[in-house]
Amino acid sequence: MSLTRRDVEGIAHLARLQLSDQDLSRYTDSLTKIFAFVEQLSAVDTGAVEPMAHPLAGEAQRLRLDSVSESNHRDLYQENAPLVEAGLYVVPRVIE
Amino acid sequence: MSLHTLSIAELSRGLDKGEFSSVELTRYFLARIAEKDPALNAFITVMAESALAAAAQADTRRAAGQAGRLTGVPIAHKDIFCTRGARTSCGSKMLDNFVAPYDATVVAKLAAAGVVNLGKTNMDEFAMGSSNETSWYGAVHNPWDLSRVPGGSSGGSAAAVAARLIPAATGTDTGGSIRQPAALVGISGIKPTYGRVSRYGMIAFASSLDQAGVMAPSAEDCAYILSDMAGFDTRDSTSVDRAVPDYVADLGMPLKGLRLGVLTEFMGEGLEPQTAACVQAAIDVYRRLGATVVDVSCPSLPLSVPTYYVVAPAECSSNLSRFDGVRFGHRCENPKDLNDLYKRSRAEGFGPEVQRRIMTGAYVLSAGYYDAYYLKAQKVRTLIAADFQRAFSQVDLLVCPTTPGPAFAIGAKIDDPVTMYLNDIYTIGANLAGLPAMSLPCGFQDGLPVGVQLIGPHFSESRMLSAAHAYQLETDWHQKLPAAYS
Repeated sequence: MSLTRRDVEGIAHLARLQLSDQDLSRYTDSLTKIFAFVEQLSAVDTGAVEPMAHPLAGEAQRLRLDSVSESNHRDLYQENAPLVEAGLYVVPRVIE
Repeated sequence: MSLHTLSIAELSRGLDKGEFSSVELTRYFLARIAEKDPALNAFITVMAESALAAAAQADTRRAAGQAGRLTGVPIAHKDIFCTRGARTSCGSKMLDNFVAPYDATVVAKLAAAGVVNLGKTNMDEFAMGSSNETSWYGAVHNPWDLSRVPGGSSGGSAAAVAARLIPAATGTDTGGSIRQPAALVGISGIKPTYGRVSRYGMIAFASSLDQAGVMAPSAEDCAYILSDMAGFDTRDSTSVDRAVPDYVADLGMPLKGLRLGVLTEFMGEGLEPQTAACVQAAIDVYRRLGATVVDVSCPSLPLSVPTYYVVAPAECSSNLSRFDGVRFGHRCENPKDLNDLYKRSRAEGFGPEVQRRIMTGAYVLSAGYYDAYYLKAQKVRTLIAADFQRAFSQVDLLVCPTTPGPAFAIGAKIDDPVTMYLNDIYTIGANLAGLPAMSLPCGFQDGLPVGVQLIGPHFSESRMLSAAHAYQLETDWHQKLPAAYS
């Protein structure tokens, strides 16, 4: 298969990446190569095969009790935030 | 005194006997890093001040008779593990300003054992790469030949250990990121069973494949560190609740009678002849030591690389969606709306290989393509795991090369992702099936180290480390040092 520039624009939007024209050409080329490479999987007969759900057979994701286990670290965590005000994360206006 | 050539066991004994203190050891390795790392670029952050404080504490603990085996031993952490109060960059501009608010479980457990952390090692950005060239902090150089890569993604840990800037370092392995660099720099490296070591605080790349492990000169060194790293953690939902053996005590497990399977798929086409000869010689050592060697076939295994390059990017695109310029990490200037904030922050913060993998993942998970790619790959993954399971009904361990050839030149493969991906052809299978695997130095090709790989059934770390140790008692490849670092 061959991806078009338009396909890659669509993928970049899904991935929330702002790409330049030069980036778009580069990724169109390399993503086409990658999908051509993984295409060989389609030839494998997997008719009766279950998709893997966990790398360890019989194991499943553990669930924890629905109870409070962590204390509040908002101030500490917000030290890493690019922009905060009064304990809130600031983003551009969403609703006009 | 050349403290850098001592094993972990010797360091532990020396500390115990008072031949040197942890503060002296820490000063020694910090000086070695300051002198020799500028040529290697193995460290992103050196933590001299906190290391010396931890070393002084370790000395006090030892004087009080409360020391464990590792108390006072210096190591370094791959910069993917969160270290409280210190920058944790994951090799990315995105996290260049990120100061971890907590310790990863691996970091906390080793600190509790008294290990002294000297700093954070360089790595491919978000662990995506096989050469350490995708790091925002620049390529790492292979101590055996500075014009060559040390492998990746744990390339900084690999180069630092190979040059003996540090006695051991942590690494992570999603598709070979411990074993491939270990092979290319001539050290030992183990990726344990999926779930054996906690992933809490280890920045996620592909959650069904990621596993933390150790890189050190010998299997014995790895056994020392892994014993204190492994174990159940309620904070990681995939951590396995199972007792951790003392891997050091288990090193003496007898080798005689070991059934070793040679993976035929990986001994032919694509393997460089000199590398093949080194691996064959290692197999001969095992035969001489009393192992039964048979050929084993895993016919689905050659599908590992294409399977991986669907599964890993899919999981990466999901995991890396958390980097949005809002809560932490890089944020673009003057965003005009929320989408602009997301798109420009991510485009500016992520390098090209990370962007490529996020897009690959976004595509294979998108409506209309999920069944053809992701679901298909997870089915092939089942086939690969079944092949391994069949193999382990006949043999105790599998043996094959770690890489098709020795370290390549910096710049040689970076422009061709598929060629770069194929470098991990022998290592990816173990990740897809969640199996433990390790690489051991087994010779040289044109002056560059070559590694042999052991792969075992789930939770066979004791068996694997003891078999590796038996090999290293017979050979001295793991003690070879590049001339400039001897």
